[in-house]
Amino acid sequence: MNDSAAPKPIVSIQNMSKRFAGAVTAVDQVSLDIGAGEFFALLGPSGCGKTTLLRMIAGFETPTEGALLIDGQDMSQVPPNRRPVNMVFQSYAVFPHMSVFDNVAYGLKVARTKGSEIRPRVEEALELVKLGGYGARKPDQLSGGQRQRVALARALVKRPKVLLLDEPLSALDAKLREAMQMELVRLQHSVGITFIIVTHDQSEALSMANRIAVMEGGKVRQVAPPSELYERPSSRFVADFIGKINLFEAKPLGQSGAALELEVPALGRIAVPFSGDPAKVAWVAVRPEKLRLLRQPPEDGSLVFPGTVAEVAYYGETSHVLVSGPNGHGMTVNLHNGTQETPSTLAPGDSLCCSWAPEDTLLLAD
Amino acid sequence: MESWRRNPLFFWIVGLPPTLWLVLFFLVPLGLIWLFSFSDKRGIIDIELTWTLANYARSLEWLYLEIFLKSFWMAGATTVIALLVGFPIAFAISFAPPKAKPWLLLLIILPFWTNLLIRTYALIAVLRSRGFVNFGLEWLWDQGNWVLSLAGLGGYQLLGERFEPLELLYNNFAVVFGLVYVFLPFMVLPLYAALDRLDRSYIEASLDLGAGQLRSFFSVVVPMAKAGVVSGVIITFIPALGSFLQSDLLGGPDSQIIANVIERQFKSANDWPYGAALSFILMYLTFFALALRAVLSRGNRDAEGL
Ligand SMILES: Nc1ncnc2c1ncn2[C@@H]1O[C@H](COP(=O)(O)OP(=O)(O)OP(=O)(O)O)[C@@H](O)[C@H]1O
Ligand SMILES: [Mg+2]
Repeated sequence: MNDSAAPKPIVSIQNMSKRFAGAVTAVDQVSLDIGAGEFFALLGPSGCGKTTLLRMIAGFETPTEGALLIDGQDMSQVPPNRRPVNMVFQSYAVFPHMSVFDNVAYGLKVARTKGSEIRPRVEEALELVKLGGYGARKPDQLSGGQRQRVALARALVKRPKVLLLDEPLSALDAKLREAMQMELVRLQHSVGITFIIVTHDQSEALSMANRIAVMEGGKVRQVAPPSELYERPSSRFVADFIGKINLFEAKPLGQSGAALELEVPALGRIAVPFSGDPAKVAWVAVRPEKLRLLRQPPEDGSLVFPGTVAEVAYYGETSHVLVSGPNGHGMTVNLHNGTQETPSTLAPGDSLCCSWAPEDTLLLAD
Repeated sequence: MESWRRNPLFFWIVGLPPTLWLVLFFLVPLGLIWLFSFSDKRGIIDIELTWTLANYARSLEWLYLEIFLKSFWMAGATTVIALLVGFPIAFAISFAPPKAKPWLLLLIILPFWTNLLIRTYALIAVLRSRGFVNFGLEWLWDQGNWVLSLAGLGGYQLLGERFEPLELLYNNFAVVFGLVYVFLPFMVLPLYAALDRLDRSYIEASLDLGAGQLRSFFSVVVPMAKAGVVSGVIITFIPALGSFLQSDLLGGPDSQIIANVIERQFKSANDWPYGAALSFILMYLTFFALALRAVLSRGNRDAEGL
């Protein structure tokens, strides 16, 4: 699974599981290698064990089994306050009784950093998160986004080997969240520290991380860079979780040359280029933006889904067209407004064909 | 909330009975006592309102001022000890497994189910010279001697000739001990409420930043439980100032506190006007202390929990 792991892992998770009392398996046999300098995302639906995995790295939960190495060192006997990692909590946990400066200085004072060194380092960290001049404020005089930056500065000032972030942006409004995503990426580039971020927002993971682990029910389903995850998901779950997709049940019939023949109730019998284990294939899928809408069936070997326009939803930049085909099957097509067939000329009830190239078809396991 | 406020009928129906109750049984008696404090005692039961200040003047004699000071000192000591003992207890309960918490809290408030007088008498049985503490110490003394004699040192009487029971009763120590015993739940409960509310991620953040358990406790837990500390201190200190039972039953001749003097005025001395004046002085002083605290902590939002 760790196909594209960086050469020198800074965090190595080996067969780690966590079972809580009451037989809840929150994390199930997870193995991951995270390279130095990576921006790594743990992505998955609520309750899939992301936080638990992150807390095991930080040392707040003890793994039921498995091993954790940070920078080559076994962490099983190392308490959280001695691990070379720092965490940005989902609730930020900025100490309300301390000023911004004292919050950021706390970790340095605890580590008995020289007094003359504390002030410049705190100020540098505050500059880094664009909070220069806010040192004297109390946390209750800050906005949510500013408090989050204090939490970030407080962790970064320790110069950890790995920074852990648990849904750091979930409490921010959409606009601020987008700005902070860019900010975090910029920050990570400038400090060069490994970031591991937990999120359930797929667009956040796609836009920020250089590698993503998709989790479901405590298991890691796929680890890959964003584009690969989107273009080549390995399972129905991952394909469905990342972006929008049209899914159809399929039954593989047999390999013929470089193509796999399948029986798909919604599409009839099709042949799609495929190399792999045909026995695992249970679904065919196609992304809505790979589809073209045509008045006439094409003659170029494209795959075709005939139907009528059921609905046109306008989103400014794009329009989503829902085409209903035979036997109640449906297909969503994303059109760029201003190119291709202009959605304004489409009206519900129009008969058309959705068509796409065979190589854009995804064959997925369950 | 808003819609309730806009519905006067509902407001009156719900608000009237408790208001009447408060006025009839709290404000009216308090007003009467206040009037007594400006009255003269005429006969055994006759009290005449003369607006005299003599009762207050008498209260300011050095003898009584000393007793006031002593009362504040004892209540203060009680509060400090209750805080030092109560904080770890409250902290432990707030970290206990969720299923154990109600039982532990029950243990804390269990003494409330027994009459105060009986509990105080029980303390006498524990503390007196032939009480449980001294029995325990005597047993230890015997064991110590036995070990020494085994070691061949029996003849030197290293632990003294005889066991001398400690004088634990009928002194200021016993009074403070009794007060701490009675008011500990008053301290533990608000502290527990504050600590239980404290988000665990603050403690985890402190550990994460490299602080040890002890450092996290003093730098994060204690300051963040400040609101609980302040309410615990106030609701321990004020009743401790006014309780006379402990000093009566457990105290020695020099353990008189102002509450005893007041009690005596209303009972054996039968001087209600003077007792009333003393009560009100105590009340003014308490108000003064509260006001001082409010002024001192103005602008400090942490203590807003009160
Ligand atoms: N202390 C605990 N005791 C028992 N079960 C727990 C505990 N913490 C988490 N769990 C369970 O473990 C599973 C994974 O929880 P976790 O918090 O890791 O999920 P998550 O992926 O972070 O979800 P979310 O996106 O909602 O934060 C859940 O089913 C949760 O109920
Ligand atoms: Mg979580």
